[in-house]
Amino acid sequence: MSFVTNIKSKHMDILQEIGNIGAGHSATALSTLLNKKIDMKVPVVRIVSFDEMMELAGGPEHIVASVFLRIEGDAPGSMFFMLSLTQASAFVRHLTGEMNETFEELISSELGLSALQELGNILSGSYLSSLSDFTSLNLYPTVPALSIDMVGAILGYGLLELSQVSDYAIIIDTEINEVEDRDSIKGHFFLLPDPDSFDKLFSSLGVINDESR
Amino acid sequence: MNQGELVVKVGIADMKVIKSPLTIRTSGLGSCVGVVIYDKKMEIAGLAHIMLPDSALAKSGELNSAKFANTAIKELIRLITIQGGRIHALDAKIAGGAQMFPNLAGSDIMRIGPRNVEAVKDELNKHKIRILSSDVGGNKGRTIEFDPTTTFLTIRTVNEGVKSI
Repeated sequence: MSFVTNIKSKHMDILQEIGNIGAGHSATALSTLLNKKIDMKVPVVRIVSFDEMMELAGGPEHIVASVFLRIEGDAPGSMFFMLSLTQASAFVRHLTGEMNETFEELISSELGLSALQELGNILSGSYLSSLSDFTSLNLYPTVPALSIDMVGAILGYGLLELSQVSDYAIIIDTEINEVEDRDSIKGHFFLLPDPDSFDKLFSSLGVINDESR
Repeated sequence: MNQGELVVKVGIADMKVIKSPLTIRTSGLGSCVGVVIYDKKMEIAGLAHIMLPDSALAKSGELNSAKFANTAIKELIRLITIQGGRIHALDAKIAGGAQMFPNLAGSDIMRIGPRNVEAVKDELNKHKIRILSSDVGGNKGRTIEFDPTTTFLTIRTVNEGVKSI
């Protein structure tokens, strides 16, 4: 399991706090955007095999709408914001006011896709900037990319850096949802730091990963 | 696609070998490449779900041979011959190697799909295994299933439905 064997519970707590801070700000941004109350669950930090990670997001063949970006700077990594297709179309309907369109019509429309893209921009941007403030690390997002496809095909990209080092991933999973109508907007943030980024995240927050390497 | 209990599933960075009447499947290939190597007459097939082109990319000691093109194909051939497959009779079919996020193709690692396809082709060529059909590239995810009885490779995508090659 290489680098993940050095992760202790104090490190898991820190990673959980990172999810808390980041997703908390994203939930606030979404709440402002939609003018609705948005709730978030306590982030879950998991050490999982690649196959388990696919299952976490609904299985490798499950079709999702996902915004993906690479984090560059002091602590590189990958970030995904994932919505189910029904939730993605509910969001587009809410934002564009087009009530009658089917999901197929929504995602084939420029407007629908760009609304989803913008959602990803706002949420992942606020997640990352709050994380950057919190850790005092320089973190910049690449332009987020939208994809509506199978979980396996999408998450595979986030695993590329990790796969060169390990068969396991440390994933920070935070779920946000609308308070009144829990099914309408529910999304997952998946944060996947690159292997070398863990030490930087820990030491920026005052915990040294003493036994590492 | 075969929905019965006779489907053997292969995970990411994993490989398995089967004989008919079983079929073998791997789901959600993006930049990864699914390689099927089979002996038609013996109705034996192996499938590897390859993530990276070369084990030289590995930065740690322990190595999962199924993860890399150069190690996976060698190992898959070995496993197939143990099960009775004949080296001179092996053919291959491949699918995957997409660029899921073409506008992120700036960094090297993001161009991994095409690099995986090249590496798989080179390695099969090195072992003198012909690729009888392939469905690679593009920017879509694929689920593939191989039936060693018919030697059809069935490919499912989100937008283009199901086809057999």
